[in-house]
Amino acid sequence: GGFFLFDGQQSQKRSNCEPMIARGKNASDLFPAVVKNVACKNIEVKKLVYVYLVRYAEEQQDLALLSISTFQRGLKDPNQLIRASALRVLSSIRVTIIVPIMMLAIKEAASDMSPYVRKTAAHAIPKLYSLDPEQKDCLIEVIEKLLADKTTLVAGSVVMAFEEVCPERIDLIHKNYRKLCNLLIDVEEWGQVVIINMLTRYARTQFLNPNMNEDKEEKEKKKTEATAIVKRKPYVMDPDHRLLLRNTKPLLQSRNAAVVMAVAQLYFHLAPKAEVGVIAKALVRLMRSHSEVQYVVLQNVATMSIKRRGMFEPYLKSFYIRSTDPTQIKVLKLEVLTNLANETNISTILREFQTYIKSNDKDFVAATIQAIGRCATNIGEVRDTCLNGLVQLLSNRDELVVAESVVVIKKLLQMQPEQHSDIIKHMAKLTDNIQVPMARASILWLIGEYCEHVPKIAPDVLRKMAKTFTNEEDIVKLQIINLAAKLYLTNSKQTKLLTQYVLNLAKYDQNYDIRDRARFIRQLIVPTDKSGALSKYAKKLFLALKPAPVLESPFKDRDHFQLGSLSHLLNAKAGGYQVLPDWPEAAPDPSVRNVEVKESVRAVETVTARDRGPLGAPQNPRGARGALLYSGEDVKKSEKKSKPRIGSSESESEEDNDSESESSESEEEESEEESEEETKKKKKVGNERLENTPCLAVHAVFTQPPPLPVSVPQTIIPSGNLKTYELLHRITGEGLSVEYCFSRQPFSPDPHMVAVKIQFTNSATSEAKSLHVEDAKLQSGMRIKEFPEIEVLPAGETVSVVMGIDFCDSTQAANFQLCTHTRKFFVSIQPPVGELMMPIFMTENEFKKEQGQLMGMNEITEKLTLEEKCQGEHAVVQRVTTAANLSRVPCGSDKECRFAGKTVTSGSLVLVSVVTKEDGAAQLTVNCEKMVIGTMLVKDILQALTQ
Amino acid sequence: MIHSLFLVNSSGDIFLEKHWKSVVSRSVCDYFFEAQERASEPENVPPVIPTPHHYLISVLRHRIYFVAVIQSEVPPLFVIEFLHRVVDTFQDYFGVCTEAAIKDNVVVVYELLEEMLDNGFPLATESNILKELIKPPTILRTVVNTITGSTNVGEQLPTGQLSVVPWRRTGVKYTNNEAYFDVVEEIDAIIDKSGSTITAEIQGVIDACVKLTGMPDLTLSFMNPRLLDDVSFHPCVRFKRWEAERILSFIPPDGNFRLLSYHVSSQNLVAIPVYVKHNITFREGSSQGRFELTLGPKQTMGKGVEAVLVSSQLPRGVLNTNLNPTQGTYTFDPVTKLLSWDVGKINPQKLPSLKGSMSLQAGASKPDENPTINIQFKIQQSALSGLKVNRLDMYGEKYKPFKGIKYMTKAGKFQALLSN
Repeated sequence: GGFFLFDGQQSQKRSNCEPMIARGKNASDLFPAVVKNVACKNIEVKKLVYVYLVRYAEEQQDLALLSISTFQRGLKDPNQLIRASALRVLSSIRVTIIVPIMMLAIKEAASDMSPYVRKTAAHAIPKLYSLDPEQKDCLIEVIEKLLADKTTLVAGSVVMAFEEVCPERIDLIHKNYRKLCNLLIDVEEWGQVVIINMLTRYARTQFLNPNMNEDKEEKEKKKTEATAIVKRKPYVMDPDHRLLLRNTKPLLQSRNAAVVMAVAQLYFHLAPKAEVGVIAKALVRLMRSHSEVQYVVLQNVATMSIKRRGMFEPYLKSFYIRSTDPTQIKVLKLEVLTNLANETNISTILREFQTYIKSNDKDFVAATIQAIGRCATNIGEVRDTCLNGLVQLLSNRDELVVAESVVVIKKLLQMQPEQHSDIIKHMAKLTDNIQVPMARASILWLIGEYCEHVPKIAPDVLRKMAKTFTNEEDIVKLQIINLAAKLYLTNSKQTKLLTQYVLNLAKYDQNYDIRDRARFIRQLIVPTDKSGALSKYAKKLFLALKPAPVLESPFKDRDHFQLGSLSHLLNAKAGGYQVLPDWPEAAPDPSVRNVEVKESVRAVETVTARDRGPLGAPQNPRGARGALLYSGEDVKKSEKKSKPRIGSSESESEEDNDSESESSESEEEESEEESEEETKKKKKVGNERLENTPCLAVHAVFTQPPPLPVSVPQTIIPSGNLKTYELLHRITGEGLSVEYCFSRQPFSPDPHMVAVKIQFTNSATSEAKSLHVEDAKLQSGMRIKEFPEIEVLPAGETVSVVMGIDFCDSTQAANFQLCTHTRKFFVSIQPPVGELMMPIFMTENEFKKEQGQLMGMNEITEKLTLEEKCQGEHAVVQRVTTAANLSRVPCGSDKECRFAGKTVTSGSLVLVSVVTKEDGAAQLTVNCEKMVIGTMLVKDILQALTQ
Repeated sequence: MIHSLFLVNSSGDIFLEKHWKSVVSRSVCDYFFEAQERASEPENVPPVIPTPHHYLISVLRHRIYFVAVIQSEVPPLFVIEFLHRVVDTFQDYFGVCTEAAIKDNVVVVYELLEEMLDNGFPLATESNILKELIKPPTILRTVVNTITGSTNVGEQLPTGQLSVVPWRRTGVKYTNNEAYFDVVEEIDAIIDKSGSTITAEIQGVIDACVKLTGMPDLTLSFMNPRLLDDVSFHPCVRFKRWEAERILSFIPPDGNFRLLSYHVSSQNLVAIPVYVKHNITFREGSSQGRFELTLGPKQTMGKGVEAVLVSSQLPRGVLNTNLNPTQGTYTFDPVTKLLSWDVGKINPQKLPSLKGSMSLQAGASKPDENPTINIQFKIQQSALSGLKVNRLDMYGEKYKPFKGIKYMTKAGKFQALLSN
């Protein structure tokens, strides 16, 4: 009663209904009264009303709508926390009518100033998606926007939303890949798990298998060794692949088991064989955690230990079993121990197994006996030892132990029965005592199978069995019939009557399987005048040599599921599981992950400014903590340290850095006596590099100077694809031959010009001097930027230069004279239409938007049939990009390839899309403001795709 | 991700449920109960149970099953780790995590669960942030709340979530600034019949209780950091600095937290502090067996071994025991066959022993399983691995904090195997 004094009746209601919800009681009839409280000032009441509202809104939609306006007001509040919580509750109300309101709220929140509100927006996305899946396209737009966010707060949540709404849109990740890798260590634990799992999948689609050569070698060893050497290609790891491995490694030290497991699976699936070992220690550490954690970790270790046994061998003892472990943990540990057994450690393991057999836990003892059986089959040298051990167990007092041993012995004997007739005899005697059906059946099968090894005992066993036939279990009965049949075939003199008797008993059995079997066998083995063609093969059928059973781990091949996943644990695909793709044969274009230079620099800056507080601006995310560390007097030092390194590095050096720092670590372990200071210094150096490398990698890629025209092949188009044209033939040029190609590099002195790479080869006997361009006769508007004069070209030498030509977006030829010190040649360069453009990067949505604006006259569509070799996305992309200097636009569907570019001179957009249908039918669409270019481009691409 | 949560007590009643998405009927727990029935021991219930439409992931803590309902693929450890975090939070809030405590504080529990997950995805799991959002109940506060009508929910909105150090609440103020660190090591070992070590490893943690004003930045250095080669950290620890200098540098959360846990597994580093001498005989056909057990200190670094407790599961054939301890008390439960002997402190001059006879089931054959002996003990003021803190420094604040470090060694799973 006293409570009424302060909170009033309303609050009394809420405190009443709260426990009711908790206990699962229906409190929905209180709805109107509770909803009124939404506007209440008291925060606690407010919160509880929220809980109530979310719980019952679905059932009382009309009333729930009454509260919406309150939240809408909250969305505009100046306080970010109120904005966030209003969005949180609003998006949790599962009422379809408010979907548009939610959508609007999410969109707005996604561009909120506060990262916390943006985070809430990311959380709201999957909620809306589950309420109305039709909003997918709009939501993907929001996800795309939030993925570009540079704060650690948002990263985890948005990747979560990505995984729930559009995990197939891997193209959205490209541009954010490096950023995610770099932010990872500062994201909260739960976000880390989600991001790591997603990046594992991403890496599997974008990089090459680091163990490619070894795997291939293994395969080829089986075939011929000669070809292995020829085919092996040197493997170079993509710097982005390395970035991911390096940035996740410190997370093995996380206190959160889920994070450690996520990193472990990432290493297992992505790292080169030699590096996977680092995860073993971390996983073994997790085994000290709660038993549920142990259970999951052991399942994963069991799978890993099949493929990478060496990794866990040093930790063998950590898998020893304690009597206090729960049975399910014991069984899993046994599994791991069995997987780890090899010639060197088997004796230790068997000794350990011996103590397990004495355990009170009978299920566990049975599992141990099976484990011994598996060790025996896998390691030939200990087979006899194991067998003897198991035979000793046959005299164990516990029947379960004996039964399990019989089953395992049976399997072992099948491998080499000749040598073990005494064991078979011993087992034959057991039929008097042992009652477990499976064991009895196993013994009978053994005797039947090897009746020739025990010719005297076998008929006697059958005699005893015939006596008890009616009281046996079905499985045993089947084996008695089996034994009878086999004996009849080998020793019909002694067993003919017995067999007939058994078959007669079986004929009237209650179980139809047994009746069937009896009828079948009688027809097969007892010769009658009508007996079918099969009966002469009876002996072959029954006494065929049977292959020994393979005792396999149940965890074999489970690694086709992503480790650490629910599906892996259950060994069945769970709903929403994303298949871990196989490595691609050839790496997709790595340049898709490139981000424009300016933006990336700003990115780093904004991150440091917003998230890192005032304590210095380190260049790498982990440095955030680094910066805090060096706070106070150390700030300057740390800045000094990091500054000179930035920009001055090359991407190749990071590999070295890594190994260096690793070696310094290992040195440190060896050199215990080394003076403290010295080691410290060394470590500092190593660490400093380590700290800087991630951002260096990024910088190296971003800040590479605009490529010199005649330099190494660039990322965008491999130089091999460039088509060369002849400018001057050797004969007309009197020994000087000139070829040109369109290098597809931006022409740095003038961005409106097309870069043309010209290659001079002097095949004359004398040197050519002062090669230059003169007297260009150009159409109006066309311009030319000559290459610098080549003073001397010695005989037999080749030289390349680059010139720029502004073709004015037309395919008119540029005519000019090429002069040497003695002669002048009239030459002309005519560009294919595809070279008059340069690639631009676009998102799918931008593409759609632009395409929508270039309809009607500006759109040309052609139907075509793809040439046989050209079917498949990859081929299409390659042919189109060869024909025209365009870049690929990410696209959700694999049936459609999109490309974008703009003309060099006027910058008009050129959009190309190829939609493929069944049987090689396809449709090509080109959208371009310049109709002439469009028409010509269609012609060229058609040609490229159909030839 | 996490759809719903059910709390099930040891008698199989669902006493709390919470849904983050649409409501899942509690009948889904029937699958869990089935699995529970099949399992011989409570801890043998599989942590992951598939049902036709859902997956159940459960943890067992304090004899309460926390059953999470999952609808689609999610890393199982993610859920398990989260559930444990929930239990830790309850424990932190209510002191104990029992059915009674949860029922008494059902409103707070509900508020906590609401804050910890949003749409099934973890939102605020840091205890510092949660405590700003929802004040933990104390007797005093309950009284005050009842009189003034105020609530447990923080009046001020938490800003910790938005700060650079999400694990620390802002605006911390203390009159006495203090930082205490407890180095606690547990030794797990299996000793075989002859007294030699089969496995031995040390699991250590450094638990901290830090009550410092403002934004202190601490560094903790060790005399012998080399021991720590297998560690896991609280997120506040700067990993790079540790890698480089083997110094723990961190801005601590406010209050109690686990700074790091470590693992020492190298055999030669692990000293075994106690030894066991025993002689247990069962004679075939006889109804009497002899039992003799003596304990003694081994490598204890001069510190006393205290709070020694010996327990052993005797074979089923043992009907009763008649034993005499030289010190402490012993009990034997004839139903569960559990022998336990509370020894207390080991006096090196006069070693404790337990001697006497066991009466066996008449006519029963000699038991074939080996009993094992579990030993618990404590050694104050020493960490068995020899880990020593060198110094603790504070930067970033002006005042002088009071610092303290305590060492302790405990037995974890310390087992001795006995011969027959």
